[in-house]
Amino acid sequence: MTKIEINNIYKIFGNDPVSVMDMVKNGSTKDEVLEQTGHTVGLDNVSLNIEEGETFVCMGLSGSGKSTLIRHINRLIDPTAGEILIDGENIIKCNPEELLNWRRNHISMVFQRFGLFPHKTVMQNVGYGLEMQGKSEEERDNIAMEKVDAVGLNGFENQFPNQLSGGMQQRVGLARALATNSDIMLMDEAFSALDPLIRSDMQKQLIDLQSELKKTIVFITHDLDESLRLGDHIGILNAGKLVQVGTPVDIIMNPADDYVKAFVKDVNRAKVIKAKIIMTNANETNGIDKSNLVKVNEDQFIEEFLPQIVCTNANCEVVDKNGNTKGYITNKELQSSLTKS
Amino acid sequence: MFRNKKNLFNLGLLVIFIWLLITSYSSSKRKPENIGELFNDYSWLTDWPKWLDLPLMPWINKAFKSLNENYGFIFEAINNVLLAMLMGLKNFLVQAPWPLVIIGVVILAYFASGKKIKTTVAVGFCTFFIGFLHPRFWDKAIETTSIMLISIFLCLVIGVPIGIWMSRTNKVREKILPILDLMQTIPAFVYLIPGIMLFGLGAVPAIIATFIYAVPPLVRLTDLGIRLVDSEVTEAADAFGASKKQKLWGVQIPLALPNIMQGINQCTMMALSMVVIASMIGTRGLGDEVLLGLQQLNVGRAAEAGIAIVLLAIVLDRITQSYGETLQERNSPIKKAKK
Repeated sequence: MTKIEINNIYKIFGNDPVSVMDMVKNGSTKDEVLEQTGHTVGLDNVSLNIEEGETFVCMGLSGSGKSTLIRHINRLIDPTAGEILIDGENIIKCNPEELLNWRRNHISMVFQRFGLFPHKTVMQNVGYGLEMQGKSEEERDNIAMEKVDAVGLNGFENQFPNQLSGGMQQRVGLARALATNSDIMLMDEAFSALDPLIRSDMQKQLIDLQSELKKTIVFITHDLDESLRLGDHIGILNAGKLVQVGTPVDIIMNPADDYVKAFVKDVNRAKVIKAKIIMTNANETNGIDKSNLVKVNEDQFIEEFLPQIVCTNANCEVVDKNGNTKGYITNKELQSSLTKS
Repeated sequence: MFRNKKNLFNLGLLVIFIWLLITSYSSSKRKPENIGELFNDYSWLTDWPKWLDLPLMPWINKAFKSLNENYGFIFEAINNVLLAMLMGLKNFLVQAPWPLVIIGVVILAYFASGKKIKTTVAVGFCTFFIGFLHPRFWDKAIETTSIMLISIFLCLVIGVPIGIWMSRTNKVREKILPILDLMQTIPAFVYLIPGIMLFGLGAVPAIIATFIYAVPPLVRLTDLGIRLVDSEVTEAADAFGASKKQKLWGVQIPLALPNIMQGINQCTMMALSMVVIASMIGTRGLGDEVLLGLQQLNVGRAAEAGIAIVLLAIVLDRITQSYGETLQERNSPIKKAKK
């Protein structure tokens, strides 16, 4: 089921955005518009659908408009044109009061530089969303404590944010976003400011939490490895335009243009591609040498079974978890799928 | 012809300028009998002609007169309220036994500085030395402080809301900034005089003048403080559905508080210097001791009073400043190294 539907969103920054809409609609590039009118095109006709319960990763270099896009979903930024439907309701048309209610109960956000309140303790920070919902202090503290536990910060609940390390601060940010029990969670480069080890840790924690909570997450990043690890679908933005939307494998196997190609160039494919993606179906496998086979689970990544193949020089038989044969992978197929395009 | 509003505005200015020239000329008593003379005798081009004189002085005097006649009751009401507040505060402090007042100041310093013993002791000694320099100074220092406190109270009640308002809208800010510049650049004596005209001699015009002189830094720093709050933090408040009011009181003001406290500190210091100047219009206090010393060429007396003022400044500065620092430490994102 589609949770968030973004239809033809335009965002132009400047003194008189509406005046340059025609120019943008007629296909002028970002640079042309900037040179001729002094307006900056933030988003140029972006449309996409985000399914309920999935993690949608929005990727692009800095200045590509990804942070602008995510801020449209909770209307921290209003679009110049276009509509955003959430559960079928156009939130661009909300009045201020409905908007406050909507932000309080349905959507939460995690920020790149954490956005914690330095004058509030960890508990008060985590409980902030609940305070806005109008919950009593006791109820707030109970839920906040639970979430502080969930992100592994017990013992720190009475500290102030500046007494914590970066990784811990972002856990507070995550706990704060989880506490409101919203169905949508926006994460704006949430892990980009953390060092690699802690980042990887946090990614794992997010995956674990998500497998239980099944929220609709919109995640922004400029790191392809991160997007491949977290995303069910990935959207790639370039200069305010959406260039490609697809599953991680789609993006890697069939990059839509040179920009995406440049992005996926350095990806370790063996880490991302699963056996079932590259296998030939069992009923089309005439002429494959089945004398020397290595059994491989369909959900295994190439990385995991590659060493076995290299040692034995065998072909693979792909099986599902009940042991039924689903297909085969020959060495040649393996080789071509790992070769960079 | 007028492509935009700006051209129209400039034309308006030109019309006003010409109107000013004509009224100046026609109201001047020293104009030539016939306007034709100007074109026969060009001697008016060498020296500035006497008839080219904008009659601003009579205008302002007239305006003040009518203000006094028609709206005098408003100023009288303001006068009475301020005077009552001042007298209440002053009499309370003067009648209280001096050791109690010193203890009160020390306790205030102790809590404001975040329980720092060094600051507290220093403040205590400074307070003691004000009276110790000359017994007469004690009551005068209290009088000076009372005038200041009332002015600062006015600054807070009026200045902080204006600062908040400025921080929210750029248009308001653009309009208020030049007014603040004006308040800070006009010599203090210039607004002492209308103060006397409206409120008479004494403490109330001093309070008003002190307010005008001391409020700009508070307004500026309140505005700046709120604008300097990390945009991601205010965004976070928005994202979780804080209303404007909740955001202001729950996030922006607490985080701008170190800056606002700095503003109050600046405001206090400027108020003190103004209170001394205000002794010229007959305000009693430490300032008139300095004035007396100068008039009698008694260097010792002037110096004694000067030192008392410095001590008072130190006491007030330490109390307000260290409160700001205590707040700053907690809000700063950088960890303070533990000793």
